[in-house]
Amino acid sequence: MEWFEYLSWGNTGWGDELLQGLGVTLSLALVTLPIGLALGLLVAAASVSRSRIATSSALLFTTTIRGLPELLTLFMIYHGVGLLINKLLKFFDPSAGFFELSPFVAGTVALGLVFGGYAGEVLRGAWQALDKGQREAALALGMGRLHIFRRIELPQMLRLALPGLGNLWINLLKDTALVSVIALNDLMRMANIAVGSTKKPFLFFLTVCLIYWLICIFFECCIAAMEKRANRGIRTASLTRS
Amino acid sequence: MFDLLINYWPKYLDGAVMTLQLTFFSVVIAALLSLPLAMVRQAGARIYQWPIRLYVSFFRGTPLLAQLFLVYYGSGQFRPELAELGLWWFFRDPFYCALLTFSLNSTAYQIEILRGGLQAVPYGEVEAGIAIGMPRSLLYRKIILPHCYRIALPALGNEIILLLKGGAIASVITLMDLMGQTRRVFSQTFDITAYFWAALFYLAITTVFVLFWRMLETRLSRHIHFNLTDMPAKTTATTARKMKESTHVC
Repeated sequence: MEWFEYLSWGNTGWGDELLQGLGVTLSLALVTLPIGLALGLLVAAASVSRSRIATSSALLFTTTIRGLPELLTLFMIYHGVGLLINKLLKFFDPSAGFFELSPFVAGTVALGLVFGGYAGEVLRGAWQALDKGQREAALALGMGRLHIFRRIELPQMLRLALPGLGNLWINLLKDTALVSVIALNDLMRMANIAVGSTKKPFLFFLTVCLIYWLICIFFECCIAAMEKRANRGIRTASLTRS
Repeated sequence: MFDLLINYWPKYLDGAVMTLQLTFFSVVIAALLSLPLAMVRQAGARIYQWPIRLYVSFFRGTPLLAQLFLVYYGSGQFRPELAELGLWWFFRDPFYCALLTFSLNSTAYQIEILRGGLQAVPYGEVEAGIAIGMPRSLLYRKIILPHCYRIALPALGNEIILLLKGGAIASVITLMDLMGQTRRVFSQTFDITAYFWAALFYLAITTVFVLFWRMLETRLSRHIHFNLTDMPAKTTATTARKMKESTHVC
């Protein structure tokens, strides 16, 4: 079949180019994940804190970031931060050349913000679901706040937050496709380039869809396994037929 | 900052109308399609369940952008065939393509939401309906569906907001929705406030929608949030007594 020829390796096929694009997509998602998680943890910490300013700024951040289209956030970061950096550069050094924000960095920042906004809500829910008595017991034992967080709160939070975070990870993988719009050579854009040269749009976009689908199914299985492992010490009342 | 809004507000308005139209029609089409499919997915035969599962998994497991490209650009590969069938006018238009893609995508999400709702209807209610001899259609109309939609309402609201936001990618296939107009304004002015205003418009739309949806939720579950203080003073005492008696009976 001629379709396979288009997807083969080497100079005639686009298989290796698509694979490169997949590498960029996955690395973007993997770089964004820790940034987003750290931000989410920060937001969650702010929203459970006793400071009025911290809670309201966390609320403002999560509602704004969740109310905006991801594409708009991406453009705001890509163009906005780019312009800002250029203005600052011109201000400090009028002879400075034009600085171009790399699409990868812009994508990481924008997707990290989106992930952080949603993860903040997920982690806050998990944090508030913890048993207060445990914290009190730890305080009574003389444990410090950081110590309590690391040894008692965080491990349990992760178990409760895992389903929500898993969904966010899948969403993040899918949202990376948006970065192709600001000309990062991810899977989606590689397909675009291939279409431009071969004039076989259906074939390539279907292939891309199938690749994304496979990745999502793979990670769904991983998350299910992680959830099973995280819940191994939990006695459930449900009478599941196994 | 404000002069940009003064100069370009008609553009933003056009875009917002387009965004709202696209979201509204997609949601309505998806709502019509998803209900029968969710019912089959919940209670139909295995052979009918599998295609629906596959459909839902595909549309939830791939980026909306890729789906949109598959429909809009992908249809170009079959242009002669589509023209022969008399369907080319449909696939040539970015609005129809976006509408088709978003409807299909939202249908997949709404099937899952409604399935959850159908599962959560207490079986006792259905049994009671069967016990008094309700036929299946009446059972669905009077007992299962009202309860199902009440359970599913918050999740449906979330899905509509996601679709509204996801709709921004229609601007990539040259559709002039709110995002598309914003991108054009930015490319003409190179003024970052263009995006700032768009952000405010999106936030305003979602906020209004959230408030509206919350009203709908309260209205549909008013029998749960039943409050004695809302009643006229005269009837309160007797109603309270009746309610007390009825709980004793249970």
